[in-house]
Amino acid sequence: MKILVPVKRVLDYNVKPRVKSDGTGVDLANVKMSMNPFDEIGVEEAIRLKEKGVATEIVAVSVGPAKAQETLRTALAMGADRAILVQTDDAVEPLALAKIFKAIADAEQPGLVILGKQAIDDDNNQTGQMLAALTGWAQGTFASAVNVDGDSVNVTREVDGGLETVKLKLPAIVTTDLRLNEPRYASLPNIMKAKSKPLDTKTPADYGVDTAPRVKVVKVSEPAARSAGVKVADVDELVAKLKALGVHS
Amino acid sequence: MKTLVWVEHDGKAVKDATLAVVTAASKLGEVHLLVAGSGVDAVAKEAAGIAGVGKVHVADNAAFGHNLPENIAPLVAELMGSHDAFLAPATTTGKNIAPRVAALLDVMQISEILSVEGPKTFTRPIYAGNAIATVESSDAKLVLTVRGTAFDKAATSGGSGTVEAVGAGSDAGISSFVGAEIAKSERPELTSAKIIVSGGRALGSSEKYEEVIVPLADKLGAALGASRAAVDAGYVPNDYQVGQTGKIVAPQVYFAIGISGAIQHLAGMKDSKTIVAINKDEDAPIFQVADFGLVADLFNAVPELTGKI
Repeated sequence: MKILVPVKRVLDYNVKPRVKSDGTGVDLANVKMSMNPFDEIGVEEAIRLKEKGVATEIVAVSVGPAKAQETLRTALAMGADRAILVQTDDAVEPLALAKIFKAIADAEQPGLVILGKQAIDDDNNQTGQMLAALTGWAQGTFASAVNVDGDSVNVTREVDGGLETVKLKLPAIVTTDLRLNEPRYASLPNIMKAKSKPLDTKTPADYGVDTAPRVKVVKVSEPAARSAGVKVADVDELVAKLKALGVHS
Repeated sequence: MKTLVWVEHDGKAVKDATLAVVTAASKLGEVHLLVAGSGVDAVAKEAAGIAGVGKVHVADNAAFGHNLPENIAPLVAELMGSHDAFLAPATTTGKNIAPRVAALLDVMQISEILSVEGPKTFTRPIYAGNAIATVESSDAKLVLTVRGTAFDKAATSGGSGTVEAVGAGSDAGISSFVGAEIAKSERPELTSAKIIVSGGRALGSSEKYEEVIVPLADKLGAALGASRAAVDAGYVPNDYQVGQTGKIVAPQVYFAIGISGAIQHLAGMKDSKTIVAINKDEDAPIFQVADFGLVADLFNAVPELTGKI
């Protein structure tokens, strides 16, 4: 079985985003960029399925600028077998992304597509579900466990209030949640090896997908700041403040 | 504009998350509801009573019993033939279903709206709430998920919606429900609680969480929460997690105990009305957002607070 793993290049999760003063977005000039953490979990899960003998080939895909090659090389260094860069400098929305991935899935015929549940930049949480709709496949979102069993996969999902398990017919779409696994670091020899793994470059037009945005960003602003209140000296003072708010047993 | 609101329920009652979505929908136009499930008469009746509701579409079918999006999305897409906007709460259920509906309609969804600025203009958080984007849709129809803490809850009574059964629906046959482990508790739900007591990594163990945090929550009738660090360390189950990657909450009072205040945690609770922080590190970032901060050893201060409040 082949596994497709889409990966996105985003602002590194350790970098505090700064809103540009002209209100057009978040400043991405000269800041560290990395693979979206939820996508990293997706790559790791695919590799584990390959190590278990469930998967035979892992294809990493990224839609983004030329520099997204670096993100794909990271996936290859972790253990993906080959990569496809769908190169564009436009910001591509989830719906158009899902259309590109659908076209790639038609060509590659994977048994599973494993995506991050959301990218930590635009926080949309849509692409996996949309791809599932377009392919007509079943979806196991927010996965904390993935067990392939013959022609189906059991996905344990993190839902409000606890966990839920669904059984999906393959091929299927899985989106990852944080506790699915802890991604490995690529070793130096594997980073070297990744440089010679195949990486194809395409464009959205190659897949017949129009990436013109449907949603216009009018402006991006700082959230309302919350100011610090007072420090209380001791528990008695805190109790008094809370009682004044009507908080008591 | 005619809106269709996804009613989140547990088979017996309407969940609170739905009420905020009704408020958001009422800012766009006429509010219709969709109650989908198996044996949902009581839910439909309750939903019809929500203030401001026009029609309640009821899809009662075994295929809709476990909110499987493979079965529900086609139903919603069909109903969207006669509605202009579909709104769902930004819960794990809403987030699972809405994008599947959007793609079937060839609509770009707008996720987790915080406000309605115009008929097609909304604000939403990006970068874990570190920036707020104002966005405008150009699609013919709207698909939205709604952040529950950003809108007032519609009143649960006073409405006189008409209940109408919709098409039979069918099982797509590609997915099935296996089981769930849902924590059963007498406590209020995190996302709707008036008071939340959350513990962090400083507690050191699940025993200490039980010993220090739980009695205070018991005394105040509060919901229990935790930081991601405490969840990852295994002190509490993952559904306790408050933060960008957990639950987004906005109670009247939020107690952050032994929580340093990482960005990802703050994104989940900074809209709380009053924040109380107890931490022995006076430089902890949590104090920058706390209304009342107490620099103290939580193992002494919290039991004392529990005794005196």
